[in-house]
Amino acid sequence: MELSGILFYLISFLIMGGIYSVICLALNMQWGFGGLFNAGIAGFYAVGAYSAAIITSANTPNHVGGFDLPIVVGLVVAGTLSGIVGWAIARICVRLKADYLAMASIGIAEIIRLAVINEEWLTNGSLGVSRIPRPLEEFFTGRESEMVFFVFVWIIVAITFWVAHRLYKSPWGRVMRAIRDNEAAAESVGKDVQSFRTQSFVIGAIFMGVAGALSAHYFKFFSPDATEPLLITFLAWVMLIAGGSGNNKGAVAGALIIWAIWSMTEIITQQLPPDWATRSSYIRMLLIGLFLQFVLQRFRAGLFPEKAPKLNVKSHG
Amino acid sequence: MIAFENITMRFGGVAAVDRCSFEIPTGKITGLIGPNGAGKTTAFNVIAGHLRPTSGRVLLEGEDITALPAHKRQAMGIARTFQLAHEFHRMTVVENLMVAAKNELGENMLNAIFRPGQCKLQEQAAYDRAMETLRFLEIEQLKDQLAGDLSGGQKKLLELGRALMQHPKIILLDEIGAGVNRTLLGKIAEKIIQLNKERGYTICLIEHDLDYVSRLCDTVIVMAQGTLLTTGTVEEVSRDERVIEAYFGGGKYQEAI
Repeated sequence: MELSGILFYLISFLIMGGIYSVICLALNMQWGFGGLFNAGIAGFYAVGAYSAAIITSANTPNHVGGFDLPIVVGLVVAGTLSGIVGWAIARICVRLKADYLAMASIGIAEIIRLAVINEEWLTNGSLGVSRIPRPLEEFFTGRESEMVFFVFVWIIVAITFWVAHRLYKSPWGRVMRAIRDNEAAAESVGKDVQSFRTQSFVIGAIFMGVAGALSAHYFKFFSPDATEPLLITFLAWVMLIAGGSGNNKGAVAGALIIWAIWSMTEIITQQLPPDWATRSSYIRMLLIGLFLQFVLQRFRAGLFPEKAPKLNVKSHG
Repeated sequence: MIAFENITMRFGGVAAVDRCSFEIPTGKITGLIGPNGAGKTTAFNVIAGHLRPTSGRVLLEGEDITALPAHKRQAMGIARTFQLAHEFHRMTVVENLMVAAKNELGENMLNAIFRPGQCKLQEQAAYDRAMETLRFLEIEQLKDQLAGDLSGGQKKLLELGRALMQHPKIILLDEIGAGVNRTLLGKIAEKIIQLNKERGYTICLIEHDLDYVSRLCDTVIVMAQGTLLTTGTVEEVSRDERVIEAYFGGGKYQEAI
């Protein structure tokens, strides 16, 4: 392959890797700090993607809108709506213990998915929303627009990381970790457990929505197929656990490594004989599973284990 | 003073605490004793707000706090430790203590993201207090260890420290001596007496070892089968036949009620 081909393969890899990094950082805010088992990531992702798609695409008779508004507006709306959905779910479910929260959130994500497929006036059903713009499209086309989008995604990753890092270092993050480690004890030291858990669920949901919006702009087309839980929820969990939950660097590293394996196995499975090709996606899952086994056997807390943040204090002061 | 007024706490058909009333006097060390299953820990959970009683009232200095959730009772000066260690196991020892300090500014999510400088003063104060508490408990050398890696006895001290961080009026200690070796047990007793005599904390403790209780407590409350049996000094209650019966005997007491 020519050099520029490799470069552009790398760029498209890093775009998807960046989008997954945002999801993973968001999941880390919920699970890594707060111990909230959100198994409905795909639902928030879908809410974000569809909001951004409808807000920014050109007017069409196929569904509500599009409103042809700037991409930044789309991102803000995507994050806000996803956050509101997260808040509503948190109000109902946040009291549940981890495994029950997982079940409830799977259910809610499926409800969102079915709504997306069936409410054609809103989402154009299984035909999806098309003609979703990318940033600065009027100036750059083709591979250049990929480059621009790559920069755009990683600016968002940087912002997400910055927020996650600030939260992790703050007394707020410390309270969340305490609640994760022992709810009753956190209550006994005066922390309003439900309120804190709701906050962490909402902030995670916001960034999951933003990640959905990014992918809608990247694909330029968004249909219910793209919200497949296997591709979003399952992969994001594997990424965070392998990378190291509770560690923001681990979240990004896990996203990139697992996405690399996922993409490379695609190349491998393409070489398989045709009657194997239909099974390829299962083979890829199997390989991801094996890798996760390997990581967890060797590094029980993930590749980058959680570390207590450095305290912002003077000793003997 | 905490008044426990005619409390009943049912779990399904079982009344763990049944029409039980007693008072925990201010400024004293009070023991709460009784055989296993007497309802002592349930009583603590009701006082600390982890359980809402089926009926009855809990009063703190005359104020009805029965409906307050646990996290709000902490602000009113009730701190506790747990029977089984409830440390924050993936946090360091000093973090375990600091999290118990109130940091209104830094615990606000928006401040945490946009104005991390805001919480600096409170953070420093929490750290200083945490270090002072660790020095008082003589475990300052453990400050950067993960709490989950501590020994059982060290975890008990850590929980005591966490309770002290909250500027409490009253500390509820649930079997702080259970599973702790003799040397450390003596040290914990010394600290408890010091906290009461020198710093004026009101302390109520659940303990099984009567020698230990008699060393520490001014008065004891004896519970059996979910209700109050008697109160008095250790000497008085240990001569009480019903107490001896509840602890060691079988039928006679049960027949009596």
